[in-house]
Amino acid sequence: MLNQEQLHELTERARQMRGHIIRMLTAAKSGHPGGSLSSVELLAYLYFHKMNIDPSNPKMPDRDRFVLSKGHAAPVLYAALAERGFFDKSLLGSLRKFKSIIQGHPDMKKTPGVDISSGSLGQGLSVGNGMALAAKLDKKNYRVYVLMGDGELEEGQVWEAAMTSVHYKLDNLTAFVDYNHLQIDGSIEEVKSLYDVPGRFRAFGWHVIEIDGHSFEALDKAVAEAEATKGRPTMVIMNTCKGKGCSFMENQAGWHGMAPKPEEAAAALKELGFDA
Amino acid sequence: MGERIATRDAYGNALLKLAEINPNVVVLDADLSKSTKTTAFSKKYPERFFQMGIAEADMMATAGGLATAGKIPFASTFAIFATGRAYDQVRNTIGYSALNVKIAATHAGITVGDDGGSHQSIEDIALMRVIPGMTILNPADAAETEKLVLAAAEHEGPVYIRLGREPMPVVFGEDYKPEIGKAVRLREGNGATIIATGIMVERALIAADILNQKGITVRVVNVHTIKPLDAAEVIKAAWDTGAIVTAEEHSIIGGLGSAVAEVVVQNRPVPMEFIGIKDRFGQSGKPSELLTEYGMDPEHIVAAVEKVIGRKNS
Repeated sequence: MLNQEQLHELTERARQMRGHIIRMLTAAKSGHPGGSLSSVELLAYLYFHKMNIDPSNPKMPDRDRFVLSKGHAAPVLYAALAERGFFDKSLLGSLRKFKSIIQGHPDMKKTPGVDISSGSLGQGLSVGNGMALAAKLDKKNYRVYVLMGDGELEEGQVWEAAMTSVHYKLDNLTAFVDYNHLQIDGSIEEVKSLYDVPGRFRAFGWHVIEIDGHSFEALDKAVAEAEATKGRPTMVIMNTCKGKGCSFMENQAGWHGMAPKPEEAAAALKELGFDA
Repeated sequence: MGERIATRDAYGNALLKLAEINPNVVVLDADLSKSTKTTAFSKKYPERFFQMGIAEADMMATAGGLATAGKIPFASTFAIFATGRAYDQVRNTIGYSALNVKIAATHAGITVGDDGGSHQSIEDIALMRVIPGMTILNPADAAETEKLVLAAAEHEGPVYIRLGREPMPVVFGEDYKPEIGKAVRLREGNGATIIATGIMVERALIAADILNQKGITVRVVNVHTIKPLDAAEVIKAAWDTGAIVTAEEHSIIGGLGSAVAEVVVQNRPVPMEFIGIKDRFGQSGKPSELLTEYGMDPEHIVAAVEKVIGRKNS
């Protein structure tokens, strides 16, 4: 259970992260706001409450791991890492720029705290499985968290990996789907319907939890339930709103991969309670 | 000589040795462990063996995840699937992140034989060569395979190891010590240099003997490491012998021949001929029939050497 103080702290971190996302995308003039904003609460929760990590020792062997399988949401990861102190916040303005340590998609060779490079969709759950297998083999109790997009579930490899997680009983792995119902070309239902996301994973043998992905209490409860679930992996389906927190972006597929213009950014920041 | 062992068998034996030496070595397979020869490892070290089922893309990215946690995964499947089916995973998860994954690809080339063109990987070297930082090993025989597999485990970063299905003659003795990145001069001569890799090394040596009887001496260089290529040895061959024939069981597009030509034209342009598959798919047949059909017998190498010497002198 999160107490009031923790809730307040997480809410403020999430607000700061949203501010970082809007500002860095505006400066970069390209990138993916929609799916970054929809997963802010998860990353705030993991990076400021849950994960055993050390910003001064990003490669700490026993750290918990985070895999951003939906690599295009890199801004939310950079916002979390900078806010947590893995690198200086002033570097966020260099997103997508030549020689920047924060590339258009996550690059573990360049950014402290990035546990795996990603960007080509569908591969992160497999990578997370590899990390979780290594933890079991080494009898270590670090945990692995994987975030996938809902559109990403159209990639066939996700389902190969979903079989692997269950086959190897990877109860040290918790995966999340950012179920915001939108992908680049339109709604998931129009582009290629996933029909029944929780049902699919249940049929594959996963322990499935459906939550409001913007609720810290719900995230906390789901992650605790995942930890208590032995012998199989847990999939947390997070019902989310694409573009959350920025009213003109909310539930708009058009804001999947488009940066706000300065006047739009100003409106968004004002709405988030920032002066500029 | 006389003894014939498939390089995939040598790989299986090397894994057993490696398991003892290095506790971080783990093995993955995609439902082909009897063919890739990882079964013995899986029986002796079941907790370090991961059966991934028929899911090569998943296997490669899983191997990547294991590598981020300090393991040294050997991901094993046929070359056609390792490089084709799972290309994006090898490129984006393993290569782009420079992860310490060893891709052990068996059944490479047309000597797969009966299974036919769908299973005969003629492009895997080309596909791996264009991935920055990928090391490519193509051992010539069982002895070289065993030593290079052990060396690959010590080498930090992604390594592609190309192995064959067919039992092939053993060329090297116990005291032979190949070093990653270092070409090996096997014969001395001045008419031309045959630069060969994999099963073509033994054929190049036979060709050299035939040429010798005709009064032509050739240098023979074994390139077990196609990337990084031993450029100094290639340039030396160009300077010293003035003509080069490359020989590989692979498409001549993008493989050893291309790699050698890239070095030659930039440093010491000399006439070159290419032995390999000339922009065709494979087909079913006995390995020996296919090697003849695709122009990869010692006689073909001999003809190529005579042709390149003719060009050198014209």
